[in-house]
Amino acid sequence: MISITGPGIIELKVNGETRQVLVRPADTLLHALREGLGLTGAKPGCENGDCGACTVLVEGWPVKSCLMLAAEAVDREVVTIEGLNNAPIQREFVERFAFQCGYCTPGFIMNAQGLIDIHPDAGDEVINDWLQSNICRCTGYQEITEAVKAALQASRPPISQP
Amino acid sequence: MIPFDFEYHRPATIKEAVDTFAQLDTAGRNPRYYGGGTELISMARMNNLSFGAVVDIKDIPECRVMESDGDYFIMGAALTLTQLHEDNSFPLLAQTGARVADHTIQNKITLGGNICGTIIFKEALLPLLLTDSEAVLADPSGLRTVKIMDIYHEKLEMNPYEFVVRVKTLLPYLGLSHIHVKRTKQDKINYPLATICALKADDQIRVACSGVCRFPFRSLAMEQVLNDRSRAPADRVEQALHLIPGETLDDLEGSSGFRQFVVGKLLQDIINNLGAS
Repeated sequence: MISITGPGIIELKVNGETRQVLVRPADTLLHALREGLGLTGAKPGCENGDCGACTVLVEGWPVKSCLMLAAEAVDREVVTIEGLNNAPIQREFVERFAFQCGYCTPGFIMNAQGLIDIHPDAGDEVINDWLQSNICRCTGYQEITEAVKAALQASRPPISQP
Repeated sequence: MIPFDFEYHRPATIKEAVDTFAQLDTAGRNPRYYGGGTELISMARMNNLSFGAVVDIKDIPECRVMESDGDYFIMGAALTLTQLHEDNSFPLLAQTGARVADHTIQNKITLGGNICGTIIFKEALLPLLLTDSEAVLADPSGLRTVKIMDIYHEKLEMNPYEFVVRVKTLLPYLGLSHIHVKRTKQDKINYPLATICALKADDQIRVACSGVCRFPFRSLAMEQVLNDRSRAPADRVEQALHLIPGETLDDLEGSSGFRQFVVGKLLQDIINNLGAS
């Protein structure tokens, strides 16, 4: 059984590395990533699970790190935007101007990366469903959707010609 | 940031969970069982809820099962709404869960958390009420299995140290004709103006609603009227609206009159589509 009864050091597996971080049991994963580990890519927006700016991958699934305790992430694989390293979805966001102020971008990209990994064959309905988890205050949704579709397309193996 | 401190415990067995919970309660720590935690975190952050400890059930193997076993489909309470949706063995529950909050939050909300939480909508409960599903509950004295309808009276009435380990639904229910409709005031992602689940069992329509009153409900009295083929569908719907088992919500999402209009329209659609007209 894992028990954390007060402030203390926990180990988190983040971006392929085991990192130690001082947390209160009441600290969110978002807080631990930013304030404890200096990984400021996940952004605090609403901190209420509405905006998606803090989205990271946990065990491959996009979750809002403001709605997850750091303690819950013990023994789970966490990937933040810092762990992507020029992934195709990041390049598509740049090439298609899928950001304006950029604050929501890491959250959108992590959600999209989860979609690409889990449903590489996603159609419009699934794409729209997933992207509704994030809010872009600059309203750049058209370009974001195009970037995600392009990255999905690029992730699929080419159809061999007979 | 959550403005108060609490302990975090993640037991690996049911016994560890109930014993830990009981010890924390005896010590005055005001513990809460913890599934996805989305509701507890968001309410704690706003200081609308306080507790001294959480007991996270997600590492308990029995809370993570999703399998057919004999006559039943078994769903662990720690399964996320996304896991239920992706599996799709229980299509009505899968569809209902897929309209709770948004996709990334569905990756966190658990079945047990949704049906036991304090938020009034508890939409995942609707398919379980319609299918006579059972819950396996655990407390320090052991396990007991109950029909959810029998312990649901505007909320699940459970013993002080109990938590939901898993939910069981008879397999024949999973394949029945069904309808799920969620109407919101504006956006797709929002709390419901009205969510209605319906299915047809033994040539009878069953209906359960959320967002209409301060609690989700399945009303046998409403179903009796809706299935009365001696009356015109419009009459049945009008009579059914009088049998809503609570005060219709009247808030910024929608007036009580508008909610009743929406529910009436949806009930009419259900009669038309499930063939009880």
